[in-house]
Amino acid sequence: MTNGLIGRKLGMTRVFVEDGTAVPVTIIQAGPCKVVQVREQAVQLGFGARRKIAAKKPELGHAAKAGLTEAPHVVRSFTLVGDAPAPGSEITVGIFAPGELVKVTGQSKGRGFQGVVHRYGTGGGPGSHGNTRHRKPGSIGAGTDPSRVIKGKRMPGHMGDRRHTELGLKVVRVDAERNLLFIRGAIPGSKNGIVTVAKQGGKSRHD
Amino acid sequence: MERVGAIAREGLRTDIPLFAAGDTVRVMVRVREGDKERLQAFEGVCVSRRGGGIDETFTVRKLSAGVGVERIFPLHGPSIGQIELVRRGRVRRAKLYYLRALSGKGARIREKKDQ
Repeated sequence: MTNGLIGRKLGMTRVFVEDGTAVPVTIIQAGPCKVVQVREQAVQLGFGARRKIAAKKPELGHAAKAGLTEAPHVVRSFTLVGDAPAPGSEITVGIFAPGELVKVTGQSKGRGFQGVVHRYGTGGGPGSHGNTRHRKPGSIGAGTDPSRVIKGKRMPGHMGDRRHTELGLKVVRVDAERNLLFIRGAIPGSKNGIVTVAKQGGKSRHD
Repeated sequence: MERVGAIAREGLRTDIPLFAAGDTVRVMVRVREGDKERLQAFEGVCVSRRGGGIDETFTVRKLSAGVGVERIFPLHGPSIGQIELVRRGRVRRAKLYYLRALSGKGARIREKKDQ
């Protein structure tokens, strides 16, 4: 078995729990994932399938080693937990249970070139009273000494479209029949984006 | 592939009567007291319905001891035991927020008669 799965983000909605509170959830079409390769401590899983014409020969060959006829659309590695699964077998959403904590990794939505107010949440300057430093970054450091800008200084630039992992999310519901995972809160990326869901320890970000 | 809207629709309640802004409704609210649960009625005029699908909510306004009280309920939430339609009202707005400024005779709503 593995500690996680590959999935596709379907979007957000809400579910009601027993006591009447509404819980915001993201629905993920998670798996079923084919085991493509088993290594010492890791398991490589494949999700979806490439069309025959779109699949490269090395990809087909790699998949064929696991006894698969189609090349997976996405391939990701996960930690091996417990017994090693047989190559070619399926890992389903059944590895998760409601209440478990997971982390979700995906490519965040691209925001283009953004200033410091949007990108880092700096306050910006006053809007009026003769002020002209409305959304400018302000000072970027001391003068003659050190005579340079410190590395990592937060400045305007490209925002989003990066790999991001959202930690401490709780599994609300598992739909084994339709391979759906209901996870509390938001996850990175757009609808139809590919994400990986993996178990984790630690604290929930929503309690 | 499953669509989110279709999945969310499975959570919709089917025991909700048809009602709109202007109608007087009695909402039976589930109230928890310790480990006991009972139903409490909240009766008033529906002044607004907003949202769609499982996200839909409605606002009920009533006068409680001379003070206007508005409660917003999720239409499909389990906190509502039952909704009864008490009286249908004839109004020309979808949102009756103007009632907040009115009281007494001015806040009356004519009853809707079926043709």
